[in-house]
Amino acid sequence: NGTLYLTATHLIYVDASAEVRKETWILHHHIASVEKLPLTTSGCPLLIHCKNFRVAHFVIGHERDCHEVYTSLLKLSQPVKPEELYAFSYNPKMPKDSREIGWKLIDLKVDYQRMGIPNDFWEITDANKDYEVCNTYPPEIVVPKAANKATVLGSAKFRSRGRIPVLSYLYKENNAAICRCSQPLSGFSARCLEDEQMLQAIRQANPGSPFMYVVDTRPKLNAMANRAAGKGYENEDNYDNIHFKFIGIENIHVMRSSLQKLLEVCETKSPSMSDFLTGLENSGWLRHIKAVMDAGVFLAKAVKEEKASVLVHCSDGWDRTAQVCSLASLLLDPFYRTFKGLMVLIEKEWIAMGHKFSHRCGHLDGDLKEVSPVFTQFTECVWQLMQQFPCAFEFNERFLLEIHDHVYSCQFGNFLGTCYREREALKIFEKTHSLWPFLLQKKQEFRNPLYKGFTAYKELKPNTLPFSFQFWCGMYNRFDKGMHPKQCVLDHLLNCMSQKMKLEDNATDLENVSPRSKSTLESFCFKEKRALPNS
Amino acid sequence: MEFAELIKTAKVENVQLSCPGLPPIKGTLCITSHHLLLSSQPGGNGEQGTVELWLLIRNVDAVEKRIASSLGTITLKCKDLKVLQLEIPGMEECLNIASSTEALSSMDSVMMMYPFFYRPQSMKLKDGWQLYPLQHYYQQIAAETSAWRLSCINGDFTICSSYPPAVIVPATVDDKVLQKAARFRQGGRFPVLSYYHKKNGTVMLRSSQPLIGPNRKRCQQDELLLSTVLDGGERGFIIDTRSAQAAKQARMMGGGTEPKSSYPRWKRLHRPLERGRLLQESFIKLAEACNDTSLSMDRWLSKLEGSKWLAHVKAALSTACLAAQCMEREEACILVHGAEGTDTTLLVTALAQVILDPNCRTLTGFQGLLEREWIEAGHPFHFRCAHSAYSHARLKQEAPIFLLFLDCVWQLGRQFPFSLQFNERLLLVLFEHTYASCYGTFLCNSEKERCLCEVKEKTHSLWSWLNQPSELNTHLNPLYTYNALVIWPSVEPQSLQLWQGLFLRWIRSSQYLDEAWAEIHRLVTSCEDAPEESAGRTLCHSQPGAAYPLTITGTANEG
Repeated sequence: NGTLYLTATHLIYVDASAEVRKETWILHHHIASVEKLPLTTSGCPLLIHCKNFRVAHFVIGHERDCHEVYTSLLKLSQPVKPEELYAFSYNPKMPKDSREIGWKLIDLKVDYQRMGIPNDFWEITDANKDYEVCNTYPPEIVVPKAANKATVLGSAKFRSRGRIPVLSYLYKENNAAICRCSQPLSGFSARCLEDEQMLQAIRQANPGSPFMYVVDTRPKLNAMANRAAGKGYENEDNYDNIHFKFIGIENIHVMRSSLQKLLEVCETKSPSMSDFLTGLENSGWLRHIKAVMDAGVFLAKAVKEEKASVLVHCSDGWDRTAQVCSLASLLLDPFYRTFKGLMVLIEKEWIAMGHKFSHRCGHLDGDLKEVSPVFTQFTECVWQLMQQFPCAFEFNERFLLEIHDHVYSCQFGNFLGTCYREREALKIFEKTHSLWPFLLQKKQEFRNPLYKGFTAYKELKPNTLPFSFQFWCGMYNRFDKGMHPKQCVLDHLLNCMSQKMKLEDNATDLENVSPRSKSTLESFCFKEKRALPNS
Repeated sequence: MEFAELIKTAKVENVQLSCPGLPPIKGTLCITSHHLLLSSQPGGNGEQGTVELWLLIRNVDAVEKRIASSLGTITLKCKDLKVLQLEIPGMEECLNIASSTEALSSMDSVMMMYPFFYRPQSMKLKDGWQLYPLQHYYQQIAAETSAWRLSCINGDFTICSSYPPAVIVPATVDDKVLQKAARFRQGGRFPVLSYYHKKNGTVMLRSSQPLIGPNRKRCQQDELLLSTVLDGGERGFIIDTRSAQAAKQARMMGGGTEPKSSYPRWKRLHRPLERGRLLQESFIKLAEACNDTSLSMDRWLSKLEGSKWLAHVKAALSTACLAAQCMEREEACILVHGAEGTDTTLLVTALAQVILDPNCRTLTGFQGLLEREWIEAGHPFHFRCAHSAYSHARLKQEAPIFLLFLDCVWQLGRQFPFSLQFNERLLLVLFEHTYASCYGTFLCNSEKERCLCEVKEKTHSLWSWLNQPSELNTHLNPLYTYNALVIWPSVEPQSLQLWQGLFLRWIRSSQYLDEAWAEIHRLVTSCEDAPEESAGRTLCHSQPGAAYPLTITGTANEG
């Protein structure tokens, strides 16, 4: 028994029966669907499904009240205009310049510098500054030095939506690169000299390898069907020394319906073990997660072991391509397994490269067929890796869940819109806050106490046999507290860590004073921290 | 000596040993009465003379041979689920090694088994056998109540061949009544005390099924024995581990279950648990699925489901929770039985105690529980663990009931990572030693048989080895802290996981998980070293090592 409140941003439920005041806050943007169920004797039930997989069930005494709440929630959860999004009204009372500094926290140029770019083979160009090459790419892109402007523009005409091959990650140790693009407009026989030159330039930017991979992350059948529409995939005969390969990751529609089935299984009331496992299998969810992981592993292996560059695409190159490229980077480079690194990776491969967060997450009232859990799958792949390598990540599961929450919350500007150009038009850098500084403030609770540091593991080689993939209860049944381990190892270890840090602080203090007697200690000025010789 | 006749070739040179995850090693293979040994030879990838393999032949579950011209390959599938391959030059040698291994591994005579020959210098024969006497457990109860007594009615095993000499029974019921009641229960397993719940004085009894039979026989003494347990107007629960229908059908074979009319104050609950052949087949199917690395995700999930193993885990935990709930929440006494009362009955009574009683969650308390509720209680280990998941032999009485128990305990440890004092490694050791061991603890089917074979005089106890400080330390959970509460597990499918540490032990690498446990150990101990900080928690020192699978999740629920 409790009270329901609707505010401009949240639905708040206050449980009156609990001894301690218990509040449940649901952000309107988190609401995926609201359903009115048939009237019962106790009242009118309202079922709310959230994008972070919370399921809330309210029973409202009067039908009229229920209907009003229902219609309000429908409106509040599906804003029509971007200006209605929470980010534009969210005001954490922060000075203007810290908000601006917040947006500068992640600088992709620094990451390219870390990879050694610019160098003899790669350059950062502003060829796209007026979105002349591609309107869903950022103004600055990394392309081979050998590719001149004509090559870039020519290739853009031959790639779906102008999404030309650009660098995603350079493995400094052997010059092998991961590049990404969209599908070529090859149809059944079309060719493009500039596009062929572009690929050649990428291959030659890695002198150590005589060939490069071109990976189409779609199932072969889908790619072939695209040829009829004048799109398709690279013909090995037209490009010098490419090894072409399909990796069958299904499209956004298959993924959407797979998640739907998974959630139905998760919501079933006390299912038998057989119901659950059969449902898990039939949803296909873990099969899709494995497909993404397999693709990431293939890329990482090609780069690290075969020393070959890889060009990755799917159809438009903003869903599967983003998943696979970011996963491969995470496997290859320990930097991306740090707080800062994961932020950079998401900014670089997802936000900057035009993953359509607004559409995929259904931020605004729009086409439901555009909604798909592509980023959720990436988040899960990271989690699966954390299960296999508990000491390899600086952050813990809560960090992933928090990011996932905010991808949908629209509280921060980072994930608004569909691409850099749109975000510019929305003036998010002027009007909204960035998520990242906000997360860094809470770093202590997101820390992985088992993290062994940057140098402990270089590249990760996960086991991708089916049994290595686990159902992520912490995500899909996150709010069913009864299902989780009843004692929290993470909290305990975080406690241990903070105690240890306190101790170490004390120890440093003590090292600086003589342990001779209490009086000397007291007479000592701590602020100066003068060192005395140990007696 | 019988052994010598079985060993046709005792030594072969240039044998190559390979097991998954390790480079192959060449060496000299020797076969002794109880062991297969392989010591590496020069240029054989190992250091010369190092013994690379020291395999108890009893551990071999299945021997598969393949001969190609003069080279033979033997695949040894072990009871602990490990798979080894030996490449043996010479067809005859290969066949001899295979047949000797087969013969030696399937020797049925208990007194020919290795524990009777194993004489480590650091241990004394008598140690460890009297660590957990029932008298000791009884004294704990007697300190609380005088309602129970220790009866030595079974001193010469004539009343019940599968019970220990002493049992705990209601104080007011004399041995004559027991004697009659025993005749009314299958195998003479009359209701005895299994667990006394100190918190509210309720008890858990266990027995076998009553011999109601087609003519609906009654037994006044059995009815008396059970009604004595209940005070005044109290009601009790009988948890029958068979379905209502199976229990009814058992009447045709002379068994049955307590009818309401004769036991009016007992409410019967039927919770069917699988045992016997179906459980063994479940184990076989699961091991098969785990070993098949060619499976797609869909096939894997389908085979995991098809094995039904996790369904058995869920059922066992649910029934144990029900038993615990009756005692803790309903404050009622309970009687648990199935048919014989030596399998699913013990599974439920032992698990319920781990859930209810914090003492059973300590290392010694757990050993005591195993001694009392499995070994002395007459779980037929010799029959049940004669073969493991790989054997091609015709199934007789094999069933992994005890493994199912260990799996359930592992699930408890996963859900309550601070509440068990021991770690996963202990559970793995127990699993191994029930199937093949150099200690006598799990030999035979009952105390009577152990007495006849003089197991306690002529073999060493597993406990005395486990409890040596050096061993003990490797079996402790670094996160343990005493938790006086009942640990109610979730039995939702989302909360139960495949026990990878056991079923995938030899198939996937545990390097990164081990490193994580070493890290946990390091963190916990470094934090413990602060004197003022450790006051609230009593944590035990232990070696880094496999404890529970890491669910370093952020979404746990404080319990």
